[in-house]
Amino acid sequence: MADTTADVPRGVDRIQADYMAMAQRRRLYSFLMLAIFVALMAAGFRTADARNAGGFFDGLHRIFDYPAEVLGEAAQNLTALPGYLVQYLPSLIETLNIAAASTLIGLIGGTLLSLLSTRGLALWPALIPVFRRVMDICRAIPEIVIALVLIFVMGGGPVPAMIAIAIHTSGALGKLFSEVNENVSLKPVEGLASVGATWSQRMYLGVIPQVGPNYVSYALLRFEINIRASAILGFVGAGGIGYELKNTISWGQGRYDQATAIFILLFLTIIVVDQLSGLLRDRLTHGTKA
Amino acid sequence: MLRIDKLTKRFGANTAVDAATLDVDKPAMIGIIGRSGAGKSTLLRMINRLADATEGSITFEGREVTTLTGAAKRAWQSECAMIFQQFNLVPRLDVVSNVLHGTLNKRSTFATMFNLYPTEDIHRAIEILDRLGIAEHAPKRAEALSGGQQQRVAIARALMQDPRIILADEPIASLDPMNAQTVMEALRRIHEEDGRTVICNLHTLDTARRYCDRVVGMRDGRIVFDGLPEQLTTGVAREIYGADASFSEAATSTEIGTLDRAEAAELEAKAFV
Repeated sequence: MADTTADVPRGVDRIQADYMAMAQRRRLYSFLMLAIFVALMAAGFRTADARNAGGFFDGLHRIFDYPAEVLGEAAQNLTALPGYLVQYLPSLIETLNIAAASTLIGLIGGTLLSLLSTRGLALWPALIPVFRRVMDICRAIPEIVIALVLIFVMGGGPVPAMIAIAIHTSGALGKLFSEVNENVSLKPVEGLASVGATWSQRMYLGVIPQVGPNYVSYALLRFEINIRASAILGFVGAGGIGYELKNTISWGQGRYDQATAIFILLFLTIIVVDQLSGLLRDRLTHGTKA
Repeated sequence: MLRIDKLTKRFGANTAVDAATLDVDKPAMIGIIGRSGAGKSTLLRMINRLADATEGSITFEGREVTTLTGAAKRAWQSECAMIFQQFNLVPRLDVVSNVLHGTLNKRSTFATMFNLYPTEDIHRAIEILDRLGIAEHAPKRAEALSGGQQQRVAIARALMQDPRIILADEPIASLDPMNAQTVMEALRRIHEEDGRTVICNLHTLDTARRYCDRVVGMRDGRIVFDGLPEQLTTGVAREIYGADASFSEAATSTEIGTLDRAEAAELEAKAFV
């Protein structure tokens, strides 16, 4: 476009015309996006609905049938509920243990992987793509697959589940952490380099204090996710509350009251973790009150 | 027109604004001076209803402002534009979009999401930018502009609101002297040409004296001076700033001329020694 030094009144007209053209183009794009979105949703829904065993709208009114049956049975046995809560507490603790151990190991693995794969911080800049692909692999393989393989090799129990979740957590946290690392100020790192600090000293003293609160909040979110993940792995023989849930929630056993108790336990656990993480993060960002 | 009566704002044990009373009966350009923490910003934020008053009242043409809620409060905010020290633009949006934000009170969220501003509004936005001398930056992202240009975009957004009052909270505090002058001249022109009331927090005396019809001095949340710029003697200024005899106007100045004079005087003094 030729940039002519137009006289003043014409100049405004030209700017207005140019801007209007740009605005109209943007509007067109927005509406195209909206149209494509709606079309995809509509088309996709029809395909998916056609593949269902029953129709989506035919089955819609039955959506609450199962929860109603579960809650109905639980209501009949309301007095037994506190007993079940106590009965399943040990398996809940096992599940929490799996989640905590895997989060901790994943946190350490994720931190290392993220530091090794962030530009400007990496120890071996040439290997950044390698560490990035390692994290991709960790995230790509479903934890249930790793757990099944490990259970086959090592036999059932909490350790295979813990390893499986830790691998996935390393990959997931590594990706999130490396995004946090990108926004880090390199000034303290440079300051530490100027006194002759090693890479690990620079990272531990220069980077971690800056990213700490963010790391913790991501790790705590991951802990929540891992509680659920370890409960699911119980279904395939990794022990914990998931195993009990699998046994009680199966249809026709008449143990829905116990399933309800397990759900209540899981729900309470998530609330407690959420509250604790809020407290902890507040402490980290604002410091302890004197 | 605008009447502020015993307006008070407390944050816990601290009183940021202490029974401030101010009466503006006709459009004027008013400068509020005082050192940081004197309550200048809090006062403006209460007028715009960004902050709620603890006690007291603000009335505009007989309408009580402090008790407005919901849509009525937002409508008042659209009549009473605010300009901030750090510009408070959306950095990733283009200049014209930022100016068009001045009309948000009249638009639905849906229309805003799809950029459906009327053509007249877009044309008016560019005309306002042209009036402030930055029309050629119209399609650029706000973050690509210099501080002085960004502040003029913020003024354009304020003008787009077609407000009765413009509140400016330290509009030149993050600008260099040249840009500060351009921005203050723009605010003065808006007052003179459009007859809008401009209330401007300033931290330098000479700016207040040069551009304002009326100067209000605040100290520790209280209004301690309210008068014409000529009445603002060095003695009064010392009282407002709580400074001792070493206080000189040149020390707070952002004007190029004053600084030159001060430096010249200093050099002269040194020459004598």
